[in-house]
Amino acid sequence: MIRILAALAGLVFAGVALLAFVMGAYNFATEDAVHSPEHEFHLEAHGPEGGFQFEGPLGTWDIAQLQRGYKVYKEVCSACHSLRYVAFRDLAELGYSEAQVKAEAATWMVPGIDPNTGEAIMVPGIPTDYFPSPYPNKVAAAAANNNAIPPDLSLMTKARHHGTDYVYSLLTGYTDPATFEKDGKRLLEEFPDFSTPPGLHFNPYFANLNLAMTPPLGVEGQVTFDDGTTATVPQMSKDVAAFLTWTAEPKLIERKQTGWPVILFLLFATVLAYFAKRQIWADVKPKKKD
Amino acid sequence: MSFPWAKEYTPASGFTKWVDEKLPLPRFVYNAVGAGYPVPRNLNYMWNFGVLAGFCLMLQIVTGVVLAMHYAANAQVAFGTVEHIMRDVNWGWMLRYMHANGASFFFLVLYLHIFRGLFYSSYKAPREMIWLLGVVIFLLSMATAFMGYVLPWGQMSFWGAKVITGLFSAIPLVGEPIQVWLLGGFAPDNAALNRFFSLHFLLPFVILGTVILHIWALHIPGSSNPTGVEVKSQSDTVPFHPYYTAKDGFGLGVFLIIYCLFVFYLPNMLGHPDNYIEANPLSTPAHIVPEWYFYPFYAILRAFTFDFILPAKLWGVLAMFSSILLWFLLPWLDRSPVRSGHYRPLFRAFFFVLLADMAVLFYCGGAPAEEPYVMISQIATAYYFLHFLVILPIVSSIEKPKPLPFSITEAVLKSDDKAVLGENASPAT
Repeated sequence: MIRILAALAGLVFAGVALLAFVMGAYNFATEDAVHSPEHEFHLEAHGPEGGFQFEGPLGTWDIAQLQRGYKVYKEVCSACHSLRYVAFRDLAELGYSEAQVKAEAATWMVPGIDPNTGEAIMVPGIPTDYFPSPYPNKVAAAAANNNAIPPDLSLMTKARHHGTDYVYSLLTGYTDPATFEKDGKRLLEEFPDFSTPPGLHFNPYFANLNLAMTPPLGVEGQVTFDDGTTATVPQMSKDVAAFLTWTAEPKLIERKQTGWPVILFLLFATVLAYFAKRQIWADVKPKKKD
Repeated sequence: MSFPWAKEYTPASGFTKWVDEKLPLPRFVYNAVGAGYPVPRNLNYMWNFGVLAGFCLMLQIVTGVVLAMHYAANAQVAFGTVEHIMRDVNWGWMLRYMHANGASFFFLVLYLHIFRGLFYSSYKAPREMIWLLGVVIFLLSMATAFMGYVLPWGQMSFWGAKVITGLFSAIPLVGEPIQVWLLGGFAPDNAALNRFFSLHFLLPFVILGTVILHIWALHIPGSSNPTGVEVKSQSDTVPFHPYYTAKDGFGLGVFLIIYCLFVFYLPNMLGHPDNYIEANPLSTPAHIVPEWYFYPFYAILRAFTFDFILPAKLWGVLAMFSSILLWFLLPWLDRSPVRSGHYRPLFRAFFFVLLADMAVLFYCGGAPAEEPYVMISQIATAYYFLHFLVILPIVSSIEKPKPLPFSITEAVLKSDDKAVLGENASPAT
């Protein structure tokens, strides 16, 4: 009885699934396949040549690069993007001394309270403060940016597939749609109706190809690096991508370095466990009787 | 119950003797996982995964309890407290990555444990109750994992909660009120987050209790084995300790190496980037997908796209739940007198088709809801149901199994009467 009922249930579920397949296959065969510029002209993110020093199991931070990246964030990105999960005290990890961190924090204005009147005012930051948002609230952020709220950047490189490469590709990827081609096919030949709406900017690394952010890094020397590195657009993009990797996962290198002793210990213990197991089982393994 | 030749616990000192008289806990452990539990001598490494699943459960409970000390289940701050754990709590990043990847590895070993049971028909009499409890553990683990994934309150947390609780709205008439009641609102928010946290803390202990029943039920008939032939004599078994503690210890080492490679070098590989974006009810992610371990069932849910008498969504929900609930019937669907797939050539062939089918469902579950993935998952879904509910009962009725060895000893040593064991293990005469 139970088998008959089960077989019936099985046939019903399988039948309905196959019916859905037939309908789906009919639609698939009769309707045109999706054909869109987002599908065909989107580019996968790629990293800069030579990659980053923090990559790989033995990676380490390039402190000078992180400092350069911080400067790019401070002078360019921070105009619109917040960094709400990072505190000024965290900058000590970028090789700054306690006094430098204090001085750096004081260059930022953060929301505070007037000790005499209790009114909300802006005060210079102290190391325990978090990076302030450039806008007082979401409405102000939307109003100032054509309704597109600039996202917080603290976790950006973890919130996108291949995030570090994505940030680098996006910042260096702005181009003219009129001449853009991928795999030898020109965008405007395949999709003559394609146009970037006013207020948006063409960037093939962005999912729907048109991005609200104006190209933030446009000219060489936009930022003056303290270590004398030439601030080309790829250089600034690479440095800020590295900085945002640090903001997203400040413990990245600590994690990789903790892993080695753990893995080596486990390898050693597992080899010992293997021989212990062999030793114990030696008694009951089949022996030839002759 | 145990075999008559099981070793008996003898307290070694005055203190253990005193304890044994008042509360024989050491005796209990000795008989459960010590030298007092005789186990078939021919278990292969597929029998390692029960112990590993138990290890994963304990790992999740320990890391989870510590994480709960630093987490706040409030929609305003939940996402931020997870970042607080990652940045400010000592070793917080390690605890969180151990817990998040621990869930994935828990399901990995559970799946291997279940496939072991399916191939060797461990669900057959006299072990039906072990299997039934195992399915209960699997269902509880799915609920726990789902609610745990909501807690970081990222985009996938929020939208996953919305999609899964939305399944209840497919129930005719009472569906919508049930969904609102479950969530404590019209969409996932603070009320839902709070109750998910409460249940996510509770359910692991319910799982632990069910695991104890699972092991209790196991100790009544004793472990099955790769031949599927029941234990006949003392030379068929070895004591659990030291033989299987040593073997499982090695397996645990291999498991931990792979697990730690993920924790320290690929901690976000099994997750989804969208969950590092704070939950936003106004912005829907391009592809809403669950965690990888739910992919096959998610594919079954999405395979039903045609309103045949009932709405497609209801078909999908019924099929998804049935796809797991039908495992409860397995002991009565499989009629073959032979357990092990090694001696059932036809069953064995279909078992590997099922594995391939599950792999296809897994792939389609993670793919976007577009053609051709939907069509492929529809075929695979149909096979899934046919396999368990139609093919398995028929195959097990008509198949002529290969001859079985007389005993486990014969399977290991090629002959039973000439069985020779090492000096330290003396066979019964």
